[in-house]
Amino acid sequence: MNRIAIRNGHVVDPSSRVDGVRDLFIASGRIVALGEAPEGFTPEIEIEAAGRMVCPGLVDLSARLREPGHEQKATIASETRAAVSGGVTTVCCPPDTSPVIDTPAVAELVRHRAKQSGRAWVLTLGALTQGLEGEQLAEMAALKAEGCVGVSNAGRPIRNSEVLRRALEYAATYGLTVYLQPRDPWLGQSGFMHEGSVSTRLGLPGIPETSETVELARCLLLIEQTGVRAHFCRLSTARSVEMVADARARGLRVTADVAAHQLHLTEMDVAGFDPMFHVIPPLRTIRDRDALRAGVAEGVITAVCSDHQPHEPETKLAPFNGTLPGISALETLLPLTLRLVDEGAFDLGTALARVTRGPAEILGIETGTLTPGTRADLCVIDTEHAWRLEPDTLLSRGRNTPFRGWEFRGRVTHTLVQGRLVYELR
Amino acid sequence: MNFPGNWNTMQLDAQGRLRHFLTVEGLPRRILTDILDTADSFVVVGEQPVKKVPLLRGKTIVNLFFETSTRTRTTFELAAKRLSADVLNINVSTSATAKGESLLDTQKNLEAMHTDMFVVRHQHSGASHFMAQHAAPHVSIINAGDGQHAHPTQAMLDMLTIRRHKGAFDSLCVAIVGDILHSRVARSQIHALNTLGVGEVRVIAPRTLLPVDIESLGTRVFTSLSQGLAGVDVVIMLRLQKERMQSALLPSEHEYFQRYGLTEEKLALARPDALVMHPGPINRGVEIASSVADGPQSVILRQVSYGIAVRMAVMSMAMGRSPGARETAAKEPE
Repeated sequence: MNRIAIRNGHVVDPSSRVDGVRDLFIASGRIVALGEAPEGFTPEIEIEAAGRMVCPGLVDLSARLREPGHEQKATIASETRAAVSGGVTTVCCPPDTSPVIDTPAVAELVRHRAKQSGRAWVLTLGALTQGLEGEQLAEMAALKAEGCVGVSNAGRPIRNSEVLRRALEYAATYGLTVYLQPRDPWLGQSGFMHEGSVSTRLGLPGIPETSETVELARCLLLIEQTGVRAHFCRLSTARSVEMVADARARGLRVTADVAAHQLHLTEMDVAGFDPMFHVIPPLRTIRDRDALRAGVAEGVITAVCSDHQPHEPETKLAPFNGTLPGISALETLLPLTLRLVDEGAFDLGTALARVTRGPAEILGIETGTLTPGTRADLCVIDTEHAWRLEPDTLLSRGRNTPFRGWEFRGRVTHTLVQGRLVYELR
Repeated sequence: MNFPGNWNTMQLDAQGRLRHFLTVEGLPRRILTDILDTADSFVVVGEQPVKKVPLLRGKTIVNLFFETSTRTRTTFELAAKRLSADVLNINVSTSATAKGESLLDTQKNLEAMHTDMFVVRHQHSGASHFMAQHAAPHVSIINAGDGQHAHPTQAMLDMLTIRRHKGAFDSLCVAIVGDILHSRVARSQIHALNTLGVGEVRVIAPRTLLPVDIESLGTRVFTSLSQGLAGVDVVIMLRLQKERMQSALLPSEHEYFQRYGLTEEKLALARPDALVMHPGPINRGVEIASSVADGPQSVILRQVSYGIAVRMAVMSMAMGRSPGARETAAKEPE
């Protein structure tokens, strides 16, 4: 199956500014032409895409696949299957697996399992500190050699500022991007939701905005000092967007992402104590949500990710603060992003850029584009297909979603990874 | 703020009658007044030689306490027994939950034993809502305190105490003093007072003990006890948990008592006939001076005895067996 033609699709590729009806041709896992078929091209498979959109496969900066260590929640095989059904062709796995990805052997294990599952690309972030304990530096050079695309301490704090500084310096030595999830280890450490009027009413201990911004400020100063390339994960507040924008204006090499659910939900959604809305960072105010949307529109935030965290049902079957945070989100990344276009938050090109080329550039990989010559990771979307989300129909092993019953428009019909059809809607 | 949590679909049945009692917030004034009126009729039961009425005969009530409590559990138990119900006390330290069983499994197992009502105290806010969501159709849930969220029967016994001493609510100014941040009692009191139409609700505490945006619940905030007490009709003191003073919330017991402890001098700033209340147990010399706790304006022990009447009222209403229930049902159109 080397040669594929996708006919008459509405090709949208923000990275090459293509937006129109085109034929697309694939051979040997790469895109060989857009528009006219190369001379002598005889497709083995033809996909009729009239009335549908053809776009680069989504690149997701953060998806917990739960393997190794928590296979009762999900596996690399189950979650990559869910990924491709949602148009996601590349997922990046943070290092907080069990054991932690702080040795080349664990990184190799994840890579091996991903290869066995044979669907989406699975990239790994290596640990910034050993065991993510924030004390000893991880063997970053070895992790890079094993294919880790960056280093991170996931959501775990590095309390000691000297350790953080040295970790950033060491990562800079090897040209590694550091992925930082800003959360002060003390402010709001016992909290479960945004600290504000809703947490006051519910009597749920709060996590103040400063939990994020205080840590962001510390990181920015150390990034400036060390010159490392850094990426801020899962911003949740308006003030954070301003701080990152200011830092970029000052020339710091920083980027940022936001989880798709943060662009839709707010603290008000927690008011019924539904544990499906329990996430870290917490859902914040309407003002924060609007600022995050503006940050995405203006390009301060260049990636929207799923922050996929599948859980087994029991984990959410308890009172709110007896549950684990997280949403099973791989299959809602694209629908939630397209919905923002319908809501007028930004245009289609911007929306797709933030889930394709934007995250690919942060990861430093060639995908997320339909430029001829690049790897054929792409999806076909029936943009008029209206559907309703029912958790039982999710392919992810985690059914923990707060979007039960939400109406969406747009559904992936085909997903190709390296020119291979890995998902087809039936 | 328009609060989106619509709990009344859960708390009230299709006829608008109390089914569960989870929170005061959002309940209509008529329900609160019904609770107080029904409780009034139960106050005399405790004063009779035979302290029982047969309203809940044959019903089984489970006191499911995940946090230690002597006073609240005892008053619920007495209330249930005075309604002639059978009462089961589940001590969490010996329960299956301590062996890893989930709250839901515990609930379902007890429901399978044909129980009719759970009185629940839990360390997590929203725990009683969770149980109400999963309750069998014939089972009622009464919140006996969930995390820092609500303690609705405590608030209603405070309302009964105020009404029996002051009559109407509308002209009153009520001050709540102390650890508002961690207090489920204060949150329920604020909702109850506002729903019953009280003139003004004040909260008085250092900023470390005030939750963010407490004004949005309908309160006026004071950080000075002297200023906050001026002209109030009711002073509700909250218990200060001594362990919290070890953290960064307060510098010392001594300083707290100096600034926020209710002494006779401070009380003199309130109206001369001001009531002094406290949900108990009290820390003498920490939040309140003994002379005030035992003084002529204190109604602290009355609160305790009214607590039984209020809990009898809530239990009987939730079981559709309050003294006025038949009458009310008879008046309803076909």
